[in-house]
Amino acid sequence: MGLDFSIIPKYMDIILLGVGWTVGITVAAALLSFVGGIIFAVIALYAPWLIRQPFRLTEWVFMGTPLLLQLFLIYFGLVQIGIDLPAFVAGIIGLGLHFAVYNSELIQTAILAVDKGQMEAARTLGLSRTQALRKVVIPQAVRAVIPPIGNNMIALLKDSALVSVIGVSELTLSAQRVIGKTYRPFEFYILAAAFYYVINLCMEWVQRKIERRISISR
Amino acid sequence: MSEQTHFVEIRHAQKSFGSLEVLKDISLNVERGQIVGIIGSSGSGKSTLLRAINDLDPLTGGEIWLDGVQVNKTLPHRQYEKHINEMRQQVGMVFQHFNLFPHMTARENVTMAPKLLKGLSQADADKLAEEQLDKVGMLERIDYYPSQLSGGQKQRVAIARALAMKPKLMLFDEATSALDPELVEEVNMVMKKLAEEHMTMIIVTHEMDFAASVCDRVLFMDKGVVVEEGPPSVLFKNPTQDRTREFLRKHIEGAS
Repeated sequence: MGLDFSIIPKYMDIILLGVGWTVGITVAAALLSFVGGIIFAVIALYAPWLIRQPFRLTEWVFMGTPLLLQLFLIYFGLVQIGIDLPAFVAGIIGLGLHFAVYNSELIQTAILAVDKGQMEAARTLGLSRTQALRKVVIPQAVRAVIPPIGNNMIALLKDSALVSVIGVSELTLSAQRVIGKTYRPFEFYILAAAFYYVINLCMEWVQRKIERRISISR
Repeated sequence: MSEQTHFVEIRHAQKSFGSLEVLKDISLNVERGQIVGIIGSSGSGKSTLLRAINDLDPLTGGEIWLDGVQVNKTLPHRQYEKHINEMRQQVGMVFQHFNLFPHMTARENVTMAPKLLKGLSQADADKLAEEQLDKVGMLERIDYYPSQLSGGQKQRVAIARALAMKPKLMLFDEATSALDPELVEEVNMVMKKLAEEHMTMIIVTHEMDFAASVCDRVLFMDKGVVVEEGPPSVLFKNPTQDRTREFLRKHIEGAS
């Protein structure tokens, strides 16, 4: 059986639906991981001991265990305590929190690297510490950290294939399903790979846009 | 607590970092509209004293009073934070390294705090920014980012930022020390203008000529104590203490 790419258009709608899910889940999880990363960083650096310690444990769970296991836990495990999440929501939460922990590490370092004089200048004007963080320190830290966070987001896109195991018909699972009908694994896995590549390019383009916008404003 | 009679009153200020005592029982009064210069070699405690006035470096002993209110009074943590934020709104500070917010334009640097803390509308804030930046001669650079400005221009924007909170007192912590020599004058001009408007100022400086020309009174500090103080005409020309004489000899020779 030779290669036959002419079969692709017939199943394109299924694949495109998968692309849609992958993009949707990736974007939603990326936003969650970004906002969550900032919140986690602030907790890790500034929260009182009683909040920080349990938080560190949670952080360790997300960094030290497989993402696959975390997805199983959120999707199948939480049902037992009455939280029945739709699979795509469980996927977004799992991916989002997992990468929020990694983003948080980056943001923490960036916050600590912001010149001490910035906090002092803000406090001198009468801002509270929270206000100074919000208006002065965190915006600068976030700007510094956009390129490495971009790398994390590429990793997030690739790991989004894992949510197929909890039944979300994203790109990888859609390809598998089509292959199940057509027995043409090479053609459709190549097609899926090509779509991942395109999404990747789009993400890099967005990242460059953001970076350029920030670099003008410095 | 006895009643405060001077505009700024520092009573028996004492500050230690661990076992190192950097301020030893310093008392100082400043009247409204006065300009006081503090000189001394690095490590003399002059910046620490200045930074104690708005509690950036809290004292370990003694009291600071501003316009009838004790700055460093004892309060529970939350109330103290609120109190100190209110006090700091009344005290402008200018730093050696400007500390402008790099992600904001000159306009945003000036308007951020008044908008956030005094609830100014965007229109009022814009007017305020134009007013204050005009005062320091930076109106035409109002929408520039700090990275697009020279050191002298940055420092002038930093002064406008401090003035926008309408402070009662301005603190200058070696405002021209980080500047290229040819940029010092433009900042000094702005400070002289403030002096003419009778802004109360405490100026930590290395520039003896400038201190002599604007200050009503100059303090010489060494090793955490005020060695000598007086009007610049007396302190610079006829110092009574050996330490002052030695410092001035080194500094004025070094400068020329």
